[in-house]
Amino acid sequence: MKLKSLMIGAALGALATGALAEVKVGMITTLSGGGAGLGIDVRDGFMLAVNQSGRDDIEVVIEDDQQKPDIAVQLADKMIQSENVNVLTGIIWSNLAMAVVPSAVNQDIFYLSPNAGPSALAGQGCHKNYFNVAWQNDNLHEAAGAYANDAGFKNSFILAPNYPAGQDALTGYKRFYEGDLAGELYTQLGQTDYAAEIAQIRASGADSVFFFLPGGMGISFLKQYADSGVDLPVVGPAFSFDQGILQAVGDAALGVKNTSQWSKDIDNEANKAFVETFQAEYGRLPSLYASQGFDTANLLISAMDKADIGDMDAFREALVAADFASTRGDFKFGPNHHPIQDIYVREVIKEGDVYTNKIIGTALEDHADAYAADCKM
Amino acid sequence: MSPVLFIEQVLNGLQFGVMLFLMSAGLTLIFGVMGLINLAHGSLYMIGAFAAAAVAGATGSFLLGLVGALTAAAAAGAIVEMTVIRRLYARDHLDQVLATFALILIFSEGTRWLFGSFPLFLDVPDWLSGPVTLPLGIQYPLYRLAIIVVGLAVAAGLFALIAKTRIGIRIRAGEADREMIGALGVDISKLYTLIFALGAALAGLAGAMVGAIQSVQVGMGEPVLILAFVVIVIGGIGSIRGAFVGALLVGLTDTLGRFLLPIAFGAFMDPSAATSVGSALASMAIYILMAAVLVVRPTGLFGAAT
Repeated sequence: MKLKSLMIGAALGALATGALAEVKVGMITTLSGGGAGLGIDVRDGFMLAVNQSGRDDIEVVIEDDQQKPDIAVQLADKMIQSENVNVLTGIIWSNLAMAVVPSAVNQDIFYLSPNAGPSALAGQGCHKNYFNVAWQNDNLHEAAGAYANDAGFKNSFILAPNYPAGQDALTGYKRFYEGDLAGELYTQLGQTDYAAEIAQIRASGADSVFFFLPGGMGISFLKQYADSGVDLPVVGPAFSFDQGILQAVGDAALGVKNTSQWSKDIDNEANKAFVETFQAEYGRLPSLYASQGFDTANLLISAMDKADIGDMDAFREALVAADFASTRGDFKFGPNHHPIQDIYVREVIKEGDVYTNKIIGTALEDHADAYAADCKM
Repeated sequence: MSPVLFIEQVLNGLQFGVMLFLMSAGLTLIFGVMGLINLAHGSLYMIGAFAAAAVAGATGSFLLGLVGALTAAAAAGAIVEMTVIRRLYARDHLDQVLATFALILIFSEGTRWLFGSFPLFLDVPDWLSGPVTLPLGIQYPLYRLAIIVVGLAVAAGLFALIAKTRIGIRIRAGEADREMIGALGVDISKLYTLIFALGAALAGLAGAMVGAIQSVQVGMGEPVLILAFVVIVIGGIGSIRGAFVGALLVGLTDTLGRFLLPIAFGAFMDPSAATSVGSALASMAIYILMAAVLVVRPTGLFGAAT
């Protein structure tokens, strides 16, 4: 279970001659268990960018948190105290991020989040050393609400798991959605059977369904929904429609609209090169998680070009500038170090034998999060 | 709430219940006959689902996938029994828990090593997909009806096996007095391997059937394992009849709880708070049921008094 891999990338040569790597990155991510697909994508995206940079002054230590908060905390302590990392990154899940980030950033460690964006770290709990390169948790749900207005939905049935990110999801959707609610349901976290919920959707008289069910929960829901004969339009955040999941859902996902800050067909040079090289390197299409890992590493590299990690204030300034070619095109940080970015509407399509997404519109432009005003750095 | 919706939810509860029965039948047999706590039972469920997905993916036939699932799970069960479990019968429960927990980790990472970290695709076959219209105009997925039918058929077969056949007599004798049937000349280690493989095959069948409507991924067995333990505690450890009644009780309580509790709270709370409180309580419902059963009957509904 204990996966310990010391990935040094191009820094191997430097080590052999006795020179020390300048920036040491500790990556704590989920590489085993049911959530491993996400962590592996973040890791692969991150390492792709590090290797492409050809730099010999980044050392990356990668450890598996097994999706458990206590293990993540132990790993963070070990990396900070005995490995002397300068930067931590990699955490996928909000509950793990809440356990690790506040203490790490107070010990003069930069934390660059490639995924989790809990509201607590965006508002009053924001910190000058904490940067979120992905999104604030509510963002994609807000975009789904905005899309629902555009699509003319008047009576949505909404559901999410009963845990903080699930509650944030429904809050985010309702923040932008202007129609009525045919029903609102919280399901159990990790639930795999949605027959009871689908029966209620059928009976509710709704004209559309919004759901946030990440990972395997979404696969189960979509397959059962397709098999139930209910054919209301479905909208959700990209987490249930990423590249890793779609192949397991199959035809049941075709035509579903989902919101994402990234898609493989965003038209810019950085993204094209990313999709091509990722596919060549790993033999699969990248997911939004991989793009977030890739962007996180490129943000770090852009700061290393401008400043020395020894001078934390200068390095922080360089990070804030976010002077890198993002796979998302325009990318900048808001005052709470969370992204201000476009969020797109995608549709699930089939390209040959592979299920993937295609952008069909923009849900929100230059979208910032709702908590920035509460952040006092 | 219309009666149609209520009947549909009862069918959902029934379907969930028979699926849980397939899981808990093996678990309770293994505990009843060999006195072994097998935490790795959920891994056998996962093996069934992965084998079904792999075989169905390669051949295009769902039925061959089911055969593959039964074979793979039974084979995995037999191999594990002969190599690991056999050494644990004489040890105390703590050692068994430790060893079978290790098996979970080995199976999970082994499966990841073989199939990768991303969920596999296994779909309902065409001839079972889509909804059918039942009397009263109830629309119900055909596949779920098929699960109910298969589950009930397996339950009937299992009862017949235990009540009517020679193997059944030995299993019952094994539950009653392990040493004695050994002394009477029954090859006890062969019997144990057989029971273990049978339990594993049932778990594999459950995994394969459920895999078609859920996500086939590493770690899918553990949440079901917890429910299966609840079922056998409610039903009485070692009792197949108890497992059947317990599974249906848990299936119905869970489904109807998730459905009715938010509505009940909605009668005197605002809708948003009612859903939140109702679903929180619904996730506790089966454990409250278990506690209530244990208060009235400490050995479970059909458990032998100790």
